[in-house]
Amino acid sequence: MSRYSALQLLRGALNGQKHWQRAWRDPEPKASYDVVIIGGGGHGLATAYYLAKVHGVRNVAVLEKSWIGGGNTGRNTTIVRSNYRQAPLHNFFEFGLKLWEGLSDDLNYNVMFSPRGALLLGHSDADIVRLAQLGDALRHDGIDAELMSREDVAKFERSLDMSQAARFPIHGALLQRRGGTARHDAVAWGYARAADALGVDVIQNCEVTGFAMAGGRVTGVQTTRGAIGADRTAICVAGNSGHVAGLAGIKLPLEAQTLQAFVSEPVKPMIDTVIMTLAYHCYISQSDKGGIVLGGDPDKFPSYAQRGLPPQVEKAAAEAIALVPALSRLRMVRSWAGVTDMSFDGSPIIAKLPLDGLYLNGGWCYGGFKATPASGWMYAHLLATGTSHALAAPFAFDRFARGATIDEAGTGPLPQSR
Amino acid sequence: MLLIACPHCGSRAQTEFDYARTLDAIVPLDAAPEAAMTALYARTNPRGEDDELWRHSQGCRQFLVLRRHRVTHAILAVRAWEAM
Repeated sequence: MSRYSALQLLRGALNGQKHWQRAWRDPEPKASYDVVIIGGGGHGLATAYYLAKVHGVRNVAVLEKSWIGGGNTGRNTTIVRSNYRQAPLHNFFEFGLKLWEGLSDDLNYNVMFSPRGALLLGHSDADIVRLAQLGDALRHDGIDAELMSREDVAKFERSLDMSQAARFPIHGALLQRRGGTARHDAVAWGYARAADALGVDVIQNCEVTGFAMAGGRVTGVQTTRGAIGADRTAICVAGNSGHVAGLAGIKLPLEAQTLQAFVSEPVKPMIDTVIMTLAYHCYISQSDKGGIVLGGDPDKFPSYAQRGLPPQVEKAAAEAIALVPALSRLRMVRSWAGVTDMSFDGSPIIAKLPLDGLYLNGGWCYGGFKATPASGWMYAHLLATGTSHALAAPFAFDRFARGATIDEAGTGPLPQSR
Repeated sequence: MLLIACPHCGSRAQTEFDYARTLDAIVPLDAAPEAAMTALYARTNPRGEDDELWRHSQGCRQFLVLRRHRVTHAILAVRAWEAM
């Protein structure tokens, strides 16, 4: 693989840019691998990359049923932040945010990480107390958080409705300046290219249809492109976690639900940050292409459909207009839905499963994109060493039975209430 | 939007209803701890049909059992729920 650089561009200028090679190979699956990763999304590709780079495990395949990054990696609102209240969560996501900050250089691929700030709005005295507590919890662990007054918010993000006539007047906000957005497709492509360069086989159009077992141990997978042996088999399939684990006869504390996102026609820069709020489940940012990207609530019932229903479209649009009235003039041009693996405490699972040789990285709910680098790093650590990284240890599979759930929203085992 | 045929009220828009949980997720009050854990946390979560408990919360407020396909969103059967 040749490195991407300004010099390469200049060289191409002399030969009509004809020297570029394909970014990753299209290999035939081998008979067996040390590690087979099921799922070629950001998390699976990042896992393969860190396995090869950090742990030297290069005999690795990533199996993807369609094309890489075509699932939830390409179906999110691209927000990156680490402002969670509970220590196991914010320490994990902060580890990821630090990886994001150097990711383009590390992968030699521009993931367009744009730390434009993640602004969490509060709309009452109680909200401001909650934001202050959240900020204290974050700063206690060395994570940036600034409590902003109403006046600060008005200066920082000028598109917001700051009037007292707003449905929920804005009282203040908590800002994480290092948060922002990234280009989601580039994350999948960058990890695929970098992993491929280290010898990982990225195999597309290869769906896993079952597991091979011997002596109570998982010894590989059956796929639409034949049987593939594996010393360690790693599930990393987001919304399809329940389905794939079901092929091995394992039930998970997860339920699949659809989550939609929407994008407007492109306009000139009008929203400088990522707007989130305690009043609604609505988040707004502007893509580098100019489209206003909106996210809303999940559909709140189990579904694997990859398409959402109209009531949540209407709700998200109404909420966005209540925050930024100027958006009422825009037309929505596209919407899409991802199948989220809603875990029963809202936190992920990165753990060995009760079957030997089988591992799970799932349960990311609607917050998986921002976790991509950290998730891959921690899963690679588990697969290479057989033990959990200290930051991933709280996300064990048996935490539900132990009563050690990490429930940020405090809603219990009801994903539709999250 | 889904159209759900409530056995008490007739066909109504899905926004009148709330999904509660799957039928195998009902925890009996006298369940042993292991059985309660399984009911609370072990989901089959099939990419296909399942029996789900919904509530007509903006209508008659009764619980219903829907047999539903989770990929096509087809509602195959609706019946009133009777507590075991």
